[in-house]
Amino acid sequence: MKKYKSKGLAFSWNDPTCRAIVYQIVVLGLLAAVVWYLVSNTMHNLEVRNIRSGFGFLDREAGFAIGESLIEYSPTDTYRRAVLVGLLNTLSVSAAGIVLATLLGVVIGIARLSGNWLISRLAAVYVELLRNVPLLIQLFFWYALIVETLPGPRQAVHPLPGVFLSNRGLRFPVIEGGSMAWLMVGVFVALALTLIAHRRMQTRQRTTGVHTAIWPLGLALFVALPLAGYFLGSGQPVLSVPELRGFNFAGGANVSPELTALLCGLVIYTSAFVAEIVRSGIAAVPKGQWEAAGSIGLGRSRALRLVVLPQALRIMIPPLTSTYLNLMKNSSLAVAIGYPDIVSIINTTLNQTGQAIEGILIVMAAYLTVSLSISLFMNWYNRRIALVER
Amino acid sequence: MNTPSPDTGLIAAQPAPVGKAGVIGWVRTRLFASPLNILMTVLIVWLLMMGLPPLLEWALLKSNFTAGNAQECRAGPGGACWAFIREKYRLILFGTYPYDEQWRPLLATLILLAVIVCSAIRRFWNLRLVVIWVLGLACVACLMWGGLAGLTYVENTRWGGLPLTLILSTFGIACAFPIGVILALGRRSDMPVIKALCVVYIEIIRGVPLISLLFMSSVMLPLFLPEGMSIDKLLRAQIAIIMFAAAYVAETVRGGLQAIDRGQIEGAQSIGLTYWQTMRKIVLPQALRIVIPPLVSIFIALFKDTSLVVVIGIYDLTLSAKASLSDPLWRGFSIEAYLFISLIYFIFCFAMSRYSKQLESRLDTGYSH
Repeated sequence: MKKYKSKGLAFSWNDPTCRAIVYQIVVLGLLAAVVWYLVSNTMHNLEVRNIRSGFGFLDREAGFAIGESLIEYSPTDTYRRAVLVGLLNTLSVSAAGIVLATLLGVVIGIARLSGNWLISRLAAVYVELLRNVPLLIQLFFWYALIVETLPGPRQAVHPLPGVFLSNRGLRFPVIEGGSMAWLMVGVFVALALTLIAHRRMQTRQRTTGVHTAIWPLGLALFVALPLAGYFLGSGQPVLSVPELRGFNFAGGANVSPELTALLCGLVIYTSAFVAEIVRSGIAAVPKGQWEAAGSIGLGRSRALRLVVLPQALRIMIPPLTSTYLNLMKNSSLAVAIGYPDIVSIINTTLNQTGQAIEGILIVMAAYLTVSLSISLFMNWYNRRIALVER
Repeated sequence: MNTPSPDTGLIAAQPAPVGKAGVIGWVRTRLFASPLNILMTVLIVWLLMMGLPPLLEWALLKSNFTAGNAQECRAGPGGACWAFIREKYRLILFGTYPYDEQWRPLLATLILLAVIVCSAIRRFWNLRLVVIWVLGLACVACLMWGGLAGLTYVENTRWGGLPLTLILSTFGIACAFPIGVILALGRRSDMPVIKALCVVYIEIIRGVPLISLLFMSSVMLPLFLPEGMSIDKLLRAQIAIIMFAAAYVAETVRGGLQAIDRGQIEGAQSIGLTYWQTMRKIVLPQALRIVIPPLVSIFIALFKDTSLVVVIGIYDLTLSAKASLSDPLWRGFSIEAYLFISLIYFIFCFAMSRYSKQLESRLDTGYSH
């Protein structure tokens, strides 16, 4: 716009600015007409079908049960609460999926670059096989594997004492009576202390040249503090071990077949993409960096950790961001195997109430908010680690 | 060691360097280079020896290819029941298309494959490609619907299987491509209103999962239309897929547009070309050439994503496979069915990703760095 300055108020078709304004008015007008047409149709259709629009239905009683929930929920709660349960399920599955897929993907990506022929070949086969089969089919596959081929609770596979694997999912012992909130506080305090210790260690290394390993302290903090928070936060801890009672297990905690299949599928599928990003990121670091690291006496693993990975990270961040966003969006496939994520709960809701437009709007708004938050955070991180050139 | 001996003036003989050539050298450097490496190799070989034989036994040695019914399969030694695939492959591949007419979807599949293969050959990268696509897709529509030249009419609710998956993805990319290019140009436009509209569209679509768009198309689209008018389910799903793919195509094409030097546009303007002439004759031919490999990746992703139409009940390859599992006479062979369709998807996607990789190295003229 700035490039073409109009000289006067006189309108001329030869003036690009005037033309641009006319074009834009025309486009806006067309758009408004289309929107008005659609909205009036929709209003009419809703009237005919006797559906009252608006979000009032959220306060009505939901009346359906949800298999898995992070917060208290019963069928007598409102739709609002049900949607919140779904959103929390989506967020927790995505968060767990992102962490696990990153860990697995980094290992496989590095394995693909290994000098060992067997390891690099196997990693390549893993990546190619999993990347080229749709996630939905992988989810169906894992779900069928759990539900159809694992034995029932009475003949459950029993790999470790107290751990049972059956077609009802994974049962394992848990300590009950602790406080989840205090556990989270412990995690955050441990994180903060580790970061402070890391800062101090870096300062010390810069001034004195003495390197102290920070990971033993960090590990100790991350184990001790959350555990302490968990137990001190509330009363008597009790170890709950699952045992067979009748046709099912009692006690312990259960991961349902749906959640197991969903996490397996998401993590394994996404790890193949993460592996590819890690591999190409490392491969993009000039060979001279490896050689320079070697020439100052760093071994291959330290050269990788101290010299190459930090540089590769800069290249990896943008594609990793979109992979994480994909994982988050892919978690909506949960609806196909019956895990109660937000899409599946909204689907039930709009089948019961007929509030299709509001339901879809809620789903889209939820995903857009989370997507935008993840990309804002990753952009901030990207700027922070970007190379500051002279 | 390397200092000359004071007596003879010769340096001492050294052991021969470790051979790196030949089979033994290869094994030594690629499998047993260091103690850790040896450990890993042994560990992996052990794991493979534990895992592969049972897998092979299940898939091949103990499997049943010829059983006439499920009981025969279950009575066997407990391997895979490939007889199930033999029994059901027509249902999985062609869905509920009339059995006697299934040569039509087969032919349609082959035409679609031919169109895709033609698009992969560089000799066809010109106006001929557009002609091929239009003709190919028209032939496919005639074959699938029928109703002319003596072919019986088949409603599209009976279409299914592999042809449907291919139709959804090829029609999807074919329609999404021009829309995507226009969106990309709009996003690079100087006009603030048009730019804002394009940005909002692209970011909203990219921010939500395809499933929500499919749900939207199946429950919201009917509300948008005037009373008495309706679009059938397949077309609604196709519209959702096109809307979805267009946003991704637009972002990719924008990458290509950004890579074109400003001088190209200025040069075009200086010889008096209009905006559309500049874009059509100067910018787009260069930009689109750069983005062909990422466009292939988008097509691969779209091909995989069409499987999501399962959630709104369209019988593509995935839902046909699920339908084949619901036969009460053949219960419980899901693993075999899913492996079978996985293999089909894998062959398509792997071939395309290989092609994309090869293309990338061939198109790299070396001027970009």
